[in-house]
Amino acid sequence: MAILVNSESRVLVQGLTGSAGSFHAGQCAEYGTQIVAGVVPGKGGTIHAGTPVFNTVAEAVAETGADVSLIFVPPPFAADAVLECGDAGVPLAVCITEGIPAMDEVRIKLALEGSGTRLLGPNCPGVITPGQCKVGIMPGYIHMPGRVGVVSRSGTLTYEAVWQLTSRGIGQSTCIGIGGDPVIGTTFVDALELYLADDDTDAIVLIGEIGGTAEEEAAAFYAASGSTKPIASFVAGATAPPGKRMGHAGAIIAGGKGTAAEKKAALSAAGIAVADSPADMGITMAKMLVERGLAAASVLD
Amino acid sequence: MKIHEYQAKQVLSAFGVATLENRVCRTPEEAEAAARELGGGTVVVKAQVHAGGRGKGGGVKLAHSPEEAREVADAILGMDLITHQTGPEGVKVRLVMVEQGCRIARELYAGIALDRASGMPVMMASSEGGVEIEEVAARDPDAILKEPFAPDVGLQAFQARRLAFRLGLEGKQVRGAAKMFQQLARAYVARDASLAEINPLVVTEDGDIIALDAKMDFDDNALYRQKDLAGMRDTSEEDPLEARASAADLAYIALDGDIGCMVNGAGLAMSTMDVIQHHGGMPANFLDVGGGATLERVTEAFTIILEDPKVKAILVNIFGGIMKCDVIADGVVAAARQIGLSVPLVVRLEGTNVERGREILAESGIELTVAGDMTDAASKVVAAAASRS
Repeated sequence: MAILVNSESRVLVQGLTGSAGSFHAGQCAEYGTQIVAGVVPGKGGTIHAGTPVFNTVAEAVAETGADVSLIFVPPPFAADAVLECGDAGVPLAVCITEGIPAMDEVRIKLALEGSGTRLLGPNCPGVITPGQCKVGIMPGYIHMPGRVGVVSRSGTLTYEAVWQLTSRGIGQSTCIGIGGDPVIGTTFVDALELYLADDDTDAIVLIGEIGGTAEEEAAAFYAASGSTKPIASFVAGATAPPGKRMGHAGAIIAGGKGTAAEKKAALSAAGIAVADSPADMGITMAKMLVERGLAAASVLD
Repeated sequence: MKIHEYQAKQVLSAFGVATLENRVCRTPEEAEAAARELGGGTVVVKAQVHAGGRGKGGGVKLAHSPEEAREVADAILGMDLITHQTGPEGVKVRLVMVEQGCRIARELYAGIALDRASGMPVMMASSEGGVEIEEVAARDPDAILKEPFAPDVGLQAFQARRLAFRLGLEGKQVRGAAKMFQQLARAYVARDASLAEINPLVVTEDGDIIALDAKMDFDDNALYRQKDLAGMRDTSEEDPLEARASAADLAYIALDGDIGCMVNGAGLAMSTMDVIQHHGGMPANFLDVGGGATLERVTEAFTIILEDPKVKAILVNIFGGIMKCDVIADGVVAAARQIGLSVPLVVRLEGTNVERGREILAESGIELTVAGDMTDAASKVVAAAASRS
């Protein structure tokens, strides 16, 4: 049944009536996602584009049985929105908001520890199980249902990888953007754990970038898991200068640590294939699938 | 956002961190007067630039009299200070800080950064003060003592004491240092810092604990609730194009190559730089126009790229998600018309509203090359740049 979201998922949107919330909730619904509620404090009792709006997440969950929240709340209020999901026991909170203060992200992470709420993001494109459910801002049409999982710290680079797969006729089970900030909810390791246990995922594309040690941790986790599910990877920022924050708050080579070269070496050592060029993410995965007999040779064309 | 040492000391003083009395000066005359005001004895004259490593670069000097302070300030002001953080061209020194001298018994290090692995701020301390902490970390990671803490619980007194004892401090020094660690931790959280360093933190011959240097960087995402800090911004310390881009909410970083890049999304922007180098070219910049860019922002982004005299060709690589391809196309056309397109332009569009975007470009009559994918785009733009050098 893929991971995180599927055709059964019931999605509430926090910040539904804002311009981003309204537009993307519409796009998700058009893709086939069940958008069951909006939460906008002060607008409870109204209907927005056919969707009932509630004042609180708890009310929305009680009335509609929502089990996923998609969050478009502006940065100063986003931490509160995530914590409200934790309080209401929403199993999955997907926070798209970019620009949340790092200290708030630390607070969210600590507060959600041990709760029943998994956070995806912040500053992420969301999650999609192609053909079933889209909870995020990714363009739906580039995806194709299939059996390869895609997980990435970047938004548009995920689209690029997905498009390379789809163009080769390789479909995806679930695609996850974990977000580009230094402190995030779901990590590479969390995502790998889900993919490795998922019977509908044959292989994984993992897209990292400079900064931090998330790729090294993913490599260590994969090596220790003993899994034979093939993983293809790419690490963005091989040519980034040290000490400069490359757009993402998390993408910085600091004190000589977090370089693409170190990350690629760690991934390779764990038996993960590493594409040298971002243009080769699709073909790297295709070759592994064909080698393992998981795809027809036509995906190499 | 970075600030100067004298500003960081102001911020930390408000939390009780002990610093020495100082004055900020723009001229040698001011430096002489400042040295006199500070008692006429020994002072330190320190270049105020955002880069670290100032001492080794000749930006920090002792002066034993007000007259000498003037001479030293005269030498430092206006110099191009070169440190390991500035690049070979250095940075122009516009300000110096004149500070009281003190008798140093020991130099230590204290700093706080966000530890991504634990997802918490971590207080670091080392008995090797006055040297780059990265050097210590590379040589002997165990020499750096660490205490993580939760923002709202704070660095506890026992953690602060533990650091002080492990640094080998004794008697009243333990209390003094522990107090300063807690003050630093409070400042870090309350002011939304991304980095706070006291290096060196000194123990004086009298056993006092003093922040002899201070460095603070702040989380740009939190400046909306730290409005007074925004007034400390010194844009003269920033690359002019980077400062302009930041004002337009664009993530732009100047690089050394000759291929201008405009991309949406940080990961794709980094990858675009990577693929250009993979094909033998060199990017002139990193530029992420962001997710929700307007026509004006795209136009400004394009203008900034064109104003960089190094740029010999431009690659626009857009994978539309939130960002719609037609908005990008409109911006490219508007900018090219406004300021004239003097270099070859390669455009690769994919994603939301891609058909409309391609139509806008085709109908504009602007001379450009359309690329199908990243490999195609990179090889075309590298060839275009090479043909002009």
